[in-house]
Amino acid sequence: MEINTGFSIVQLEVLREIGNIGAGNAATSMSQLINKKVDMQVPSVHVVLFDEVMEMLGGPEKLIVALYIRIQGEAPGSVYFILTKEEAEFLVRHLTDETEFKLLDNKPPSELAISALHEIGNILAGSYLSALSDFTGIKMQPSVPSLSVDMAGAIITVGLLELSHVTDYAIVIDTKINEQTGSSGIHGHFLLLPDPESVPKIFSSLGINDHE
Amino acid sequence: MNDTQTVIKVGIADLKIVTAPDTIRTSGLGSCVGTVIYDLPKKIAGLAHVMLPDSSLAKQPTINNYKYADTAIDSLVELLLKNGARTHALQAKLAGGAQMFQLSSLDTMRIGPRNVEAVQQKLEDHQISIVSLDVGGNCGRTIEFDPNTGKLKIRTVNKGEAII
Repeated sequence: MEINTGFSIVQLEVLREIGNIGAGNAATSMSQLINKKVDMQVPSVHVVLFDEVMEMLGGPEKLIVALYIRIQGEAPGSVYFILTKEEAEFLVRHLTDETEFKLLDNKPPSELAISALHEIGNILAGSYLSALSDFTGIKMQPSVPSLSVDMAGAIITVGLLELSHVTDYAIVIDTKINEQTGSSGIHGHFLLLPDPESVPKIFSSLGINDHE
Repeated sequence: MNDTQTVIKVGIADLKIVTAPDTIRTSGLGSCVGTVIYDLPKKIAGLAHVMLPDSSLAKQPTINNYKYADTAIDSLVELLLKNGARTHALQAKLAGGAQMFQLSSLDTMRIGPRNVEAVQQKLEDHQISIVSLDVGGNCGRTIEFDPNTGKLKIRTVNKGEAII
Protein backbone atom coordinates (compact mmCIF):
# COMPACT_ATOMS: atom_id res chain seq x y z
CA MET A 1 0.00 0.00 0.00
CA GLU A 2 1.37 3.36 -0.98
CA ILE A 3 -0.25 6.21 0.89
CA ASN A 4 -0.79 9.68 -0.42
CA THR A 5 2.65 11.18 0.03
CA GLY A 6 1.48 14.71 0.73
CA PHE A 7 4.29 15.87 -1.54
CA SER A 8 3.80 17.91 -4.67
CA ILE A 9 5.20 16.70 -7.97
CA VAL A 10 8.01 19.22 -7.69
CA GLN A 11 8.89 18.04 -4.19
CA LEU A 12 8.94 14.41 -5.27
CA GLU A 13 11.21 15.37 -8.15
CA VAL A 14 13.57 17.04 -5.69
CA LEU A 15 13.70 13.97 -3.43
CA ARG A 16 14.35 11.79 -6.45
CA GLU A 17 17.08 14.16 -7.58
CA ILE A 18 18.71 13.86 -4.17
CA GLY A 19 18.85 10.09 -4.58
CA ASN A 20 20.15 10.58 -8.09
CA ILE A 21 22.98 12.88 -7.17
CA GLY A 22 24.06 10.89 -4.14
CA ALA A 23 24.02 7.51 -5.81
CA GLY A 24 25.54 8.89 -9.01
CA ASN A 25 28.56 10.03 -7.08
CA ALA A 26 28.71 6.73 -5.20
CA ALA A 27 28.50 4.76 -8.45
CA THR A 28 31.53 6.65 -9.72
CA SER A 29 33.45 5.74 -6.55
CA MET A 30 32.39 2.12 -6.84
CA SER A 31 33.47 2.04 -10.46
CA GLN A 32 36.95 3.27 -9.51
CA LEU A 33 37.12 0.77 -6.68
CA ILE A 34 36.36 -2.34 -8.72
CA ASN A 35 37.62 -0.96 -11.99
CA LYS A 36 34.44 -1.76 -13.84
CA LYS A 37 31.63 0.27 -15.25
CA VAL A 38 28.86 0.85 -12.70
CA ASP A 39 25.56 2.48 -13.52
CA MET A 40 22.48 3.35 -11.55
CA GLN A 41 18.75 3.14 -11.84
CA VAL A 42 16.34 6.01 -11.53
CA PRO A 43 15.70 6.50 -7.81
CA SER A 44 12.29 5.83 -6.36
CA VAL A 45 10.71 7.75 -3.53
CA HIS A 46 8.23 5.94 -1.31
CA VAL A 47 6.22 6.99 1.70
CA VAL A 48 5.39 3.67 3.34
CA LEU A 49 4.53 1.93 6.60
CA PHE A 50 7.46 0.49 8.58
CA ASP A 51 6.55 -3.08 7.61
CA GLU A 52 6.66 -2.07 3.97
CA VAL A 53 10.20 -0.76 4.27
CA MET A 54 11.25 -4.29 5.24
CA GLU A 55 9.21 -5.75 2.37
CA MET A 56 11.14 -3.53 -0.07
CA LEU A 57 14.26 -5.45 0.95
CA GLY A 58 12.74 -8.92 0.73
CA GLY A 59 10.96 -9.16 4.09
CA PRO A 60 12.01 -8.67 7.72
CA GLU A 61 13.79 -12.01 7.97
CA LYS A 62 15.86 -11.66 4.79
CA LEU A 63 19.60 -11.81 5.40
CA ILE A 64 21.31 -8.62 4.29
CA VAL A 65 24.73 -7.05 4.59
CA ALA A 66 24.24 -3.45 5.60
CA LEU A 67 26.41 -0.50 6.32
CA TYR A 68 24.62 2.04 8.44
CA ILE A 69 25.44 5.70 8.82
CA ARG A 70 23.54 8.12 10.98
CA ILE A 71 23.54 11.70 9.69
CA GLN A 72 23.67 14.34 12.36
CA GLY A 73 23.50 18.10 12.04
CA GLU A 74 20.90 20.32 10.42
CA ALA A 75 19.09 17.61 8.49
CA PRO A 76 19.38 14.37 10.45
CA GLY A 77 18.53 11.01 8.97
CA SER A 78 19.85 7.55 8.22
CA VAL A 79 21.67 6.13 5.24
CA TYR A 80 22.10 2.45 4.45
CA PHE A 81 24.20 0.78 1.81
CA ILE A 82 22.73 -2.69 1.39
CA LEU A 83 24.04 -5.78 -0.38
CA THR A 84 22.95 -9.40 -0.44
CA LYS A 85 25.30 -11.92 1.16
CA GLU A 86 26.46 -13.11 -2.27
CA GLU A 87 27.16 -9.59 -3.46
CA ALA A 88 29.20 -8.80 -0.37
CA GLU A 89 31.18 -12.01 -0.84
CA PHE A 90 31.77 -11.13 -4.49
CA LEU A 91 33.07 -7.70 -3.53
CA VAL A 92 35.43 -9.04 -0.88
CA ARG A 93 36.79 -11.69 -3.26
CA HIS A 94 37.31 -9.03 -5.87
CA LEU A 95 39.13 -6.61 -3.59
CA THR A 96 41.21 -8.95 -1.45
CA ASP A 97 43.15 -12.12 -2.21
CA GLU A 98 40.60 -14.23 -0.34
CA THR A 99 39.17 -15.92 -3.41
CA GLU A 100 37.10 -18.38 -1.39
CA PHE A 101 35.64 -15.83 0.99
CA LYS A 102 32.26 -16.68 2.51
CA LEU A 103 30.25 -14.83 5.14
CA LEU A 104 28.74 -16.84 8.02
CA ASP A 105 30.68 -19.95 7.08
CA ASN A 106 30.61 -21.27 10.65
CA LYS A 107 33.69 -19.30 11.49
CA PRO A 108 34.12 -15.58 11.94
CA PRO A 109 35.21 -13.84 8.73
CA SER A 110 38.79 -12.64 8.61
CA GLU A 111 39.55 -9.15 9.77
CA LEU A 112 40.81 -8.29 6.34
CA ALA A 113 37.47 -9.20 4.76
CA ILE A 114 35.49 -7.26 7.30
CA SER A 115 37.69 -4.23 7.00
CA ALA A 116 37.41 -4.43 3.21
CA LEU A 117 33.61 -4.36 3.49
CA HIS A 118 33.78 -1.55 5.96
CA GLU A 119 36.03 0.45 3.72
CA ILE A 120 33.82 -0.06 0.67
CA GLY A 121 30.81 1.12 2.63
CA ASN A 122 32.76 4.02 3.97
CA ILE A 123 33.82 5.21 0.54
CA LEU A 124 30.42 4.74 -1.06
CA ALA A 125 28.37 6.26 1.72
CA GLY A 126 30.89 9.08 2.05
CA SER A 127 30.56 9.97 -1.61
CA TYR A 128 26.77 9.65 -1.41
CA LEU A 129 26.61 12.06 1.50
CA SER A 130 29.12 14.57 0.22
CA ALA A 131 27.15 14.88 -3.03
CA LEU A 132 24.01 15.39 -0.99
CA SER A 133 25.64 17.99 1.15
CA ASP A 134 27.04 19.90 -1.86
CA PHE A 135 23.69 19.84 -3.62
CA THR A 136 21.62 21.08 -0.72
CA GLY A 137 24.19 23.31 0.93
CA ILE A 138 23.30 21.60 4.21
CA LYS A 139 26.12 20.38 6.39
CA MET A 140 25.78 16.67 7.10
CA GLN A 141 27.92 15.07 9.73
CA PRO A 142 28.07 11.34 9.22
CA SER A 143 28.62 8.99 12.15
CA VAL A 144 31.30 6.31 11.96
CA PRO A 145 29.77 3.64 9.71
CA SER A 146 28.80 0.31 11.25
CA LEU A 147 28.47 -3.00 9.52
CA SER A 148 25.95 -5.71 10.23
CA VAL A 149 25.13 -9.03 8.59
CA ASP A 150 21.71 -9.94 9.86
CA MET A 151 17.95 -9.87 9.29
CA ALA A 152 16.62 -6.86 7.38
CA GLY A 153 13.95 -6.12 10.01
CA ALA A 154 16.47 -5.93 12.84
CA ILE A 155 18.83 -3.72 10.84
CA ILE A 156 16.31 -1.31 9.31
CA THR A 157 14.51 -0.70 12.61
CA VAL A 158 17.58 1.20 13.82
CA GLY A 159 17.02 3.79 11.11
CA LEU A 160 13.31 4.03 11.89
CA LEU A 161 13.63 4.66 15.63
CA GLU A 162 14.10 8.38 15.48
CA LEU A 163 11.16 8.98 13.20
CA SER A 164 8.96 6.46 14.98
CA HIS A 165 8.50 8.97 17.82
CA VAL A 166 6.76 11.26 15.35
CA THR A 167 5.12 9.12 12.69
CA ASP A 168 4.25 5.60 11.52
CA TYR A 169 5.47 6.21 7.99
CA ALA A 170 8.96 6.45 6.55
CA ILE A 171 10.13 8.43 3.54
CA VAL A 172 12.42 6.09 1.64
CA ILE A 173 14.64 7.31 -1.17
CA ASP A 174 15.85 4.12 -2.81
CA THR A 175 18.54 3.98 -5.49
CA LYS A 176 20.10 0.87 -6.94
CA ILE A 177 23.53 0.79 -8.50
CA ASN A 178 24.51 -2.02 -10.83
CA GLU A 179 27.76 -3.28 -12.16
CA GLN A 180 26.94 -3.83 -15.80
CA THR A 181 28.46 -7.19 -16.60
CA GLY A 182 25.64 -9.37 -15.50
CA SER A 183 24.75 -12.12 -13.14
CA SER A 184 27.58 -12.26 -10.63
CA GLY A 185 27.65 -8.49 -10.42
CA ILE A 186 26.70 -6.11 -7.69
CA HIS A 187 23.36 -4.45 -7.24
CA GLY A 188 23.75 -2.32 -4.16
CA HIS A 189 20.87 -0.42 -2.62
CA PHE A 190 21.19 3.01 -1.12
CA LEU A 191 18.41 3.84 1.28
CA LEU A 192 18.07 7.35 2.60
CA LEU A 193 15.61 7.79 5.45
CA PRO A 194 15.41 11.46 6.36
CA ASP A 195 14.01 12.32 9.77
CA PRO A 196 10.65 14.08 9.37
CA GLU A 197 11.96 17.50 10.37
CA SER A 198 14.73 17.31 7.76
CA VAL A 199 12.48 17.25 4.74
CA PRO A 200 11.24 20.86 4.95
CA LYS A 201 14.84 21.97 5.54
CA ILE A 202 16.01 20.19 2.43
CA PHE A 203 13.20 21.76 0.41
CA SER A 204 13.82 25.26 1.66
CA SER A 205 17.57 24.98 1.11
CA LEU A 206 16.75 24.34 -2.54
CA GLY A 207 14.32 27.21 -2.72
CA ILE A 208 11.16 25.13 -2.77
CA ASN A 209 8.56 26.10 -0.25
CA ASP A 210 6.26 23.65 1.45
CA HIS A 211 3.09 24.51 -0.39
CA GLU A 212 4.34 24.78 -3.90
CA MET B 1 0.96 -30.62 13.14
CA ASN B 2 -2.24 -30.75 11.16
CA ASP B 3 -3.30 -29.34 7.84
CA THR B 4 -5.44 -26.55 9.18
CA GLN B 5 -2.69 -25.02 11.26
CA THR B 6 -1.79 -21.48 10.27
CA VAL B 7 0.87 -19.08 11.40
CA ILE B 8 -0.41 -15.67 12.45
CA LYS B 9 2.12 -13.00 11.49
CA VAL B 10 2.67 -9.90 13.58
CA GLY B 11 4.34 -6.86 12.00
CA ILE B 12 6.43 -4.17 13.66
CA ALA B 13 4.56 -2.06 16.24
CA ASP B 14 1.63 -4.45 16.03
CA LEU B 15 -0.01 -7.11 18.19
CA LYS B 16 -2.31 -10.08 17.61
CA ILE B 17 -3.67 -13.06 19.48
CA VAL B 18 -3.83 -16.75 18.60
CA THR B 19 -5.46 -19.96 19.81
CA ALA B 20 -4.23 -23.52 19.30
CA PRO B 21 -3.60 -25.21 16.92
CA ASP B 22 -2.42 -22.03 15.19
CA THR B 23 0.90 -20.44 16.07
CA ILE B 24 2.01 -16.82 16.11
CA ARG B 25 5.20 -15.36 14.69
CA THR B 26 7.09 -12.10 14.31
CA SER B 27 10.21 -11.74 12.17
CA GLY B 28 13.39 -9.71 12.30
CA LEU B 29 13.30 -8.41 15.86
CA GLY B 30 16.31 -6.19 16.54
CA SER B 31 16.01 -3.65 19.31
CA CYS B 32 12.28 -4.38 19.39
CA VAL B 33 10.96 -6.79 22.00
CA GLY B 34 8.65 -9.64 21.08
CA THR B 35 6.41 -10.09 24.11
CA VAL B 36 4.29 -13.22 24.37
CA ILE B 37 1.58 -13.38 27.03
CA TYR B 38 -0.36 -16.64 27.32
CA ASP B 39 -2.81 -18.73 29.29
CA LEU B 40 -1.49 -22.25 28.73
CA PRO B 41 -4.49 -24.32 29.93
CA LYS B 42 -6.80 -22.22 27.74
CA LYS B 43 -4.31 -22.51 24.82
CA ILE B 44 -4.54 -18.82 24.01
CA ALA B 45 -1.64 -16.44 23.49
CA GLY B 46 -0.90 -12.94 22.27
CA LEU B 47 2.23 -11.44 20.78
CA ALA B 48 3.22 -7.76 20.78
CA HIS B 49 6.14 -6.48 18.66
CA VAL B 50 7.13 -3.54 20.86
CA MET B 51 9.26 -0.85 19.22
CA LEU B 52 9.68 1.89 21.83
CA PRO B 53 9.64 1.93 25.65
CA ASP B 54 7.38 4.76 26.63
CA SER B 55 4.28 6.34 25.06
CA SER B 56 4.80 9.56 27.01
CA LEU B 57 7.77 10.29 24.72
CA ALA B 58 5.55 10.26 21.65
CA LYS B 59 5.44 13.42 19.59
CA GLN B 60 2.28 12.49 17.72
CA PRO B 61 -1.25 13.76 18.29
CA THR B 62 -2.72 10.26 17.97
CA ILE B 63 -0.47 7.38 18.85
CA ASN B 64 -0.36 3.78 17.80
CA ASN B 65 -0.83 2.00 21.14
CA TYR B 66 0.87 -1.12 19.83
CA LYS B 67 4.18 0.70 19.27
CA TYR B 68 5.04 1.38 22.93
CA ALA B 69 5.78 -1.08 25.73
CA ASP B 70 3.39 0.51 28.26
CA THR B 71 0.36 0.85 26.01
CA ALA B 72 0.96 -2.35 24.02
CA ILE B 73 1.07 -4.59 27.11
CA ASP B 74 -2.11 -2.99 28.47
CA SER B 75 -3.85 -3.56 25.13
CA LEU B 76 -2.57 -7.13 24.85
CA VAL B 77 -3.72 -8.11 28.36
CA GLU B 78 -7.13 -6.54 27.74
CA LEU B 79 -7.52 -8.34 24.42
CA LEU B 80 -6.54 -11.69 25.94
CA LEU B 81 -8.97 -11.34 28.83
CA LYS B 82 -11.75 -10.36 26.44
CA ASN B 83 -11.08 -13.60 24.55
CA GLY B 84 -11.25 -16.00 27.43
CA ALA B 85 -7.83 -15.88 29.07
CA ARG B 86 -7.78 -15.63 32.88
CA THR B 87 -5.82 -12.99 34.78
CA HIS B 88 -4.32 -15.38 37.32
CA ALA B 89 -3.13 -17.81 34.61
CA LEU B 90 -1.24 -15.30 32.48
CA GLN B 91 2.47 -15.89 31.95
CA ALA B 92 4.99 -14.25 29.64
CA LYS B 93 8.04 -14.99 27.50
CA LEU B 94 10.17 -12.38 25.79
CA ALA B 95 12.86 -12.12 23.15
CA GLY B 96 14.65 -9.28 21.39
CA GLY B 97 16.04 -6.01 22.74
CA ALA B 98 19.32 -6.34 20.88
CA GLN B 99 21.74 -3.60 20.04
CA MET B 100 22.37 -4.00 16.33
CA PHE B 101 25.14 -1.44 15.92
CA GLN B 102 27.80 -0.36 18.35
CA LEU B 103 27.52 3.40 18.11
CA SER B 104 27.90 4.68 21.61
CA SER B 105 27.45 8.31 20.64
CA LEU B 106 23.84 7.78 19.77
CA ASP B 107 21.17 7.79 22.41
CA THR B 108 18.80 5.73 20.31
CA MET B 109 21.29 2.88 20.37
CA ARG B 110 20.36 1.92 23.92
CA ILE B 111 16.75 1.46 22.91
CA GLY B 112 16.95 -2.36 23.08
CA PRO B 113 17.75 -2.61 26.81
CA ARG B 114 15.27 0.20 27.54
CA ASN B 115 12.54 -1.69 25.71
CA VAL B 116 13.30 -4.81 27.74
CA GLU B 117 13.22 -2.91 31.03
CA ALA B 118 9.95 -1.22 30.11
CA VAL B 119 8.30 -4.51 29.17
CA GLN B 120 9.50 -6.17 32.37
CA GLN B 121 8.20 -3.29 34.48
CA LYS B 122 4.83 -3.35 32.79
CA LEU B 123 4.48 -7.13 33.21
CA GLU B 124 5.30 -6.72 36.87
CA ASP B 125 2.56 -4.08 37.16
CA HIS B 126 0.12 -6.64 35.78
CA GLN B 127 1.61 -9.32 38.07
CA ILE B 128 2.46 -11.51 35.11
CA SER B 129 5.53 -13.65 35.69
CA ILE B 130 8.19 -14.06 33.02
CA VAL B 131 8.81 -17.77 32.46
CA SER B 132 11.81 -17.36 30.16
CA LEU B 133 13.53 -14.76 28.07
CA ASP B 134 16.25 -14.35 25.47
CA VAL B 135 17.19 -10.68 25.26
CA GLY B 136 20.13 -8.39 24.51
CA GLY B 137 23.14 -9.26 22.39
CA ASN B 138 23.57 -7.90 18.89
CA CYS B 139 21.63 -10.24 16.66
CA GLY B 140 18.25 -10.21 14.96
CA ARG B 141 15.66 -12.77 16.04
CA THR B 142 12.58 -14.35 14.52
CA ILE B 143 10.25 -15.87 17.09
CA GLU B 144 7.29 -18.22 16.92
CA PHE B 145 5.05 -19.22 19.81
CA ASP B 146 2.89 -22.31 20.03
CA PRO B 147 -0.05 -21.78 22.46
CA ASN B 148 -0.56 -25.55 22.59
CA THR B 149 2.84 -26.31 24.12
CA GLY B 150 3.85 -22.92 25.50
CA LYS B 151 7.13 -23.17 23.63
CA LEU B 152 8.79 -20.16 22.06
CA LYS B 153 11.04 -20.94 19.09
CA ILE B 154 13.80 -18.42 18.40
CA ARG B 155 15.78 -18.29 15.18
CA THR B 156 18.94 -16.24 14.68
CA VAL B 157 21.24 -15.93 11.69
CA ASN B 158 24.36 -17.18 13.46
CA LYS B 159 23.16 -19.59 16.09
CA GLY B 160 20.31 -21.40 14.37
CA GLU B 161 17.23 -22.29 16.40
CA ALA B 162 16.61 -22.47 20.12
CA ILE B 163 13.48 -23.11 22.16
CA ILE B 164 12.76 -21.36 25.42
